[in-house]
Amino acid sequence: MSNPSNLKYTASHEWVKTEADGTISVGITQHAQELLGDMVFVEAPQAGRKLQAKEECAVVESVKAAADVYAPVSGEVIAANGELDGAPEQINNAPYDAWIFKMKPDNVADVAALLDAAAYQAVVESEAH
Amino acid sequence: MTTLKTTPLNAAHRALGAKMVDFGGWDMPVNYGSQIEEHHQVRNDCGMFDVCHMRVVDAKGDGVRAFLRYLLANNADKLTVPGKALYSAMLRPDGGVIDDLIIYFMTEQWFRIVVNAGTADKDIAWMKEQAAVHAPQLTITSRDDLAMVAIQGPNARAKVWQVLPQTKAATEGLVNFQAADCGEYFVARTGYTGEDGFEVMLPKEKVEAFWYALNKAGVKPIGLGARDTLRLEAGMNLYGHDMDETVGPLESGMAWTVDLKSERDFIGKAALLANPPSTKLVGLLLLDRGVLRDHQKVHSAHGTGEITSGTFSPTLEKSIALARVPKGVALGDTVQVAVRDKMLAAKVVKYPFARNGKGLV
Repeated sequence: MSNPSNLKYTASHEWVKTEADGTISVGITQHAQELLGDMVFVEAPQAGRKLQAKEECAVVESVKAAADVYAPVSGEVIAANGELDGAPEQINNAPYDAWIFKMKPDNVADVAALLDAAAYQAVVESEAH
Repeated sequence: MTTLKTTPLNAAHRALGAKMVDFGGWDMPVNYGSQIEEHHQVRNDCGMFDVCHMRVVDAKGDGVRAFLRYLLANNADKLTVPGKALYSAMLRPDGGVIDDLIIYFMTEQWFRIVVNAGTADKDIAWMKEQAAVHAPQLTITSRDDLAMVAIQGPNARAKVWQVLPQTKAATEGLVNFQAADCGEYFVARTGYTGEDGFEVMLPKEKVEAFWYALNKAGVKPIGLGARDTLRLEAGMNLYGHDMDETVGPLESGMAWTVDLKSERDFIGKAALLANPPSTKLVGLLLLDRGVLRDHQKVHSAHGTGEITSGTFSPTLEKSIALARVPKGVALGDTVQVAVRDKMLAAKVVKYPFARNGKGLV
């Protein structure tokens, strides 16, 4: 599966989608879910929480391991994806649809400055060596 | 960089799409896709595991039973029917667990021993050192010429008979924990999943063909990921996690394997008698949402303990763990487990958590 070109990415394997209203959805990438394996638990941040870029804010746990999810940019959490509580495997099945939380970024330019699909792919490939 | 050790099935794993990981220095398959699907596959049908990294050791000669009676915490005298197997700890003089292993009584001149991969070299060195003193007439041989495959699940035996029809007559009468020597194939009704099945030992050069023949018969390969969730649900210890040289068997849920009743002396016995345990191994079932993991602290009214193996149970769809806790902790107690920045409630339960396809908790 290739990484969608309409999304932005972080080196810590989050994807970021800018919605029509300027808010962003955040999930973990295909590469990240593949490394972790079968997902069994997601702990998302609560709406209203203020986050700094790169702050640990969510946890995804597979059978094998727990992994932190980091805020891609600074901003405020506006929603958590409650559907993942009962169906964390959505992250395995459709990682780019299974958003974990939504944020209102403090600064839209921060989002534009994240990695594009090609730059993220380069990160993934460099980690494989 | 060290080179990982490989089993004779390494190429087969890659051909079958395995994700490979470094498992204690061995390049082993962690899964072939979904670890949870593999887990259910074994509970509901059957699957096969590459356990070639484990070591087969043959102890042969006059007096081999007497030697094992002294070497091991469980009593080799419990084995009276040929082929019968016994699970035991092998202890240091101070009571620490060198390894847990299975011995098979074949004849009064031959016992077969299967030990863990990571401990095999030290185990064999210890056995030889003890034999040199107590039974120098014995030969202790690491069977590096043998491979081992575990086929586990309710349909496992039928699949093995389909692939190895020549072994059926000798193995269909085996009871649980009994093996038959069928020439090139040594077939044991043992395993590490809590399901029925066989562990088959065979010449290394035949194992790849055997693996593919099983696969063709519909037996799916299962990775070490599911092996761990299956064994933990089945309440079976993992050496290096649930016990090691720094703890005794009585603190490790292995009291049922330690024979302190008979007059027999064995290595570690005096230390066990002199040091009654202050901790014990219990099962935990997480009541809150989350996943229990190794080394998380367990807080109880009787003091603090630690999780030795924690995971998500695919059968129960809840998180389970084995934990070493103060002796006063009782079944039914609620304890608090420190998970990251939270305290999560867990119930102390009797284990195994699941066996023979069913959850027990």
